[in-house]
Amino acid sequence: MAEPILSRNFGKKDSHTLQVYVEGGGYEAMKKALKEMKPEQIIQEVDKSGLKGRGGAGFPVGKKWSFIPKESPKPKYLVINADEGEPGTFKDRQIMEQDPHAVVEGAIITCFAVGIHWAGIYVRGEYVKSIERLEGAIEEAYAKGYLGKNILETGFDLDIVVHRGAGAYICGEETALLESFEGKKGQPRKKPPFPAIVGLFQGPTVINNIESTASIPHIIKNGGEWWNNLGAPGIGGGVRLFSVSGHVKKPGVYELPMGIPLREIIYTHAGGIRGDKKLKAVIPGGSSAPVLKPEEIDVPMEFVSLAKIGSMAGSGAVIVMDEDTNLVQVLRVLLNFYAHESCGKCTPCREGTGWMAKIIERIEKGEGQSEDLDTIVSIANGIRTRTLCPLGDAAIGPAISFVTKFRQEFEDYIKRH
Amino acid sequence: MAVEFSEKTKEKFKVVLGKYPEKDAALLPALWLAQKEFSVITPEVEEYVSKLLGVPLVRVREVLTFYTMYTAKSLGKYHLQLCTNIACTLLGAEDILGRIKNKLQIDVGETTPDKKFTLSTVECLGYCGTAPVIQVNDDFYENLTPKKVDELLGKLK
Ligand SMILES: Cc1cc2nc3c(=O)[nH]c(=O)nc-3n(C[C@H](O)[C@H](O)[C@H](O)COP(=O)(O)O)c2cc1C
Ligand code: SF4
Repeated sequence: MAEPILSRNFGKKDSHTLQVYVEGGGYEAMKKALKEMKPEQIIQEVDKSGLKGRGGAGFPVGKKWSFIPKESPKPKYLVINADEGEPGTFKDRQIMEQDPHAVVEGAIITCFAVGIHWAGIYVRGEYVKSIERLEGAIEEAYAKGYLGKNILETGFDLDIVVHRGAGAYICGEETALLESFEGKKGQPRKKPPFPAIVGLFQGPTVINNIESTASIPHIIKNGGEWWNNLGAPGIGGGVRLFSVSGHVKKPGVYELPMGIPLREIIYTHAGGIRGDKKLKAVIPGGSSAPVLKPEEIDVPMEFVSLAKIGSMAGSGAVIVMDEDTNLVQVLRVLLNFYAHESCGKCTPCREGTGWMAKIIERIEKGEGQSEDLDTIVSIANGIRTRTLCPLGDAAIGPAISFVTKFRQEFEDYIKRH
Repeated sequence: MAVEFSEKTKEKFKVVLGKYPEKDAALLPALWLAQKEFSVITPEVEEYVSKLLGVPLVRVREVLTFYTMYTAKSLGKYHLQLCTNIACTLLGAEDILGRIKNKLQIDVGETTPDKKFTLSTVECLGYCGTAPVIQVNDDFYENLTPKKVDELLGKLK
């Protein structure tokens, strides 16, 4: 197998310390960036790398940075998204716990490239160890002169703060996250203006996922083209961390090329289905990604190919369900989740997710009818595009895909109960 | 009696305040400090935080009630937070929930009469690779089985 890159420090003793990080070549990219490169060159390398955001939306990272105005009367900010709330996703936690300096180094390079002097890392409240590890890494970096004033005598200043969330999936959505950062309840903002223009404290703001940020040092150290070539042939875009869970023999976080076929992830890397059972269904990109059937798993795991077959690459979380899985239960869990996490700002999302959850609960209890399935699809279609943020659309992905792709199973359940 | 941070917490609060470009941003961290110090964020604590930070009381209340991790009622010594989201459910979280309820004779959202355990179900905790998982205060117990749950409950004194 290829040399691990993002996960190269995982499992090493004291991998979270500056010493171990530096021994593995850490902070060399920062030195190169700050001392030998111009900000525009850094952005160009990231552009060339084909790195797309690992938080879910898959927006090209270099392009996002280039939207930030060079001159701004208000300070510019970097916000790093470590809310990791998308069910099935657990890779950002691995980075923070095992390689927090990669986040700090990535943040320094990002800020230098975009002209930012204050960065905040928003970590979900439950991740106590991640927060400790990040704070420890930041402290070490300050002591070394990698953070603070006049970093490496280049005249560049940067402060980093860790901000602890308090339990709300919606705060992973970038504008809700900004609200939460500012000390408000986490309800999304209307866009435009986009955060690149009016973001945190009204300043132009870059928002990147933890894994996106941790990828930056590698790109700067070895070049954008090198990173791009790590992706599958003809696809590129580097490697990403896939979180694999559910009914596989070896669940876990796997670093693999963008565009690897889903079948390989499940059967080669995760060891296949537990008890050598048959595969029934798989969610390829976190709970918001429409479910796939076994005949669809040759799809390359990257943004465009998954979108083509009506699903999404999302956060890279693969959730595997074997032949014995009760999909009515699964859909009930998912729809309850979205109903619970809807922030309530827009009516179609607030009411629609609630109704869908009630209907599937009724079906599970044996009080459902076949028409209820049509009602779920019709409510979902009523939410589509009528909401402020993508959570509404995220909820309808599973709703529509489960009910239509596995209609017979739902019908049978209703008949039997 | 009016509530007040200890001197140590006041120091911590000052440090936090100094880290943010705008003071309102320190509301979530201030509430975390308050929760640590007072365990429960009562109306008096809300008022104290509001005055301390100079933000309207209604704003404090709004934030407090929006987020699920701040607590306005007292919890048992051990807060059992079982994930019942997708990966955990696929691997038996609902059976484990039944087991805990049965053992402790409480429902979700309740506290045992001896104030030892409060039981909650929570959304995905980000431990799907080692599901099912339960968070007990700040600790996580992974790869749960009914047997492991029995042992865990026995161990928590
Ligand atoms: C409801 C919702 C929840 C989200 N949760 C997360 C999250 O937990 N972590 C994350 O990085 N991005 C999350 N996102 C995506 C962010 O809005 C944003 O696109 C991302 O942080 C940008 O970083 P990237 O371009 O590096 O991926 C979420 C989006 C939505 C709509
Ligand atoms: S779509 Fe849902 S979660 Fe998003 S802003 Fe509207 S109500 Fe809130």
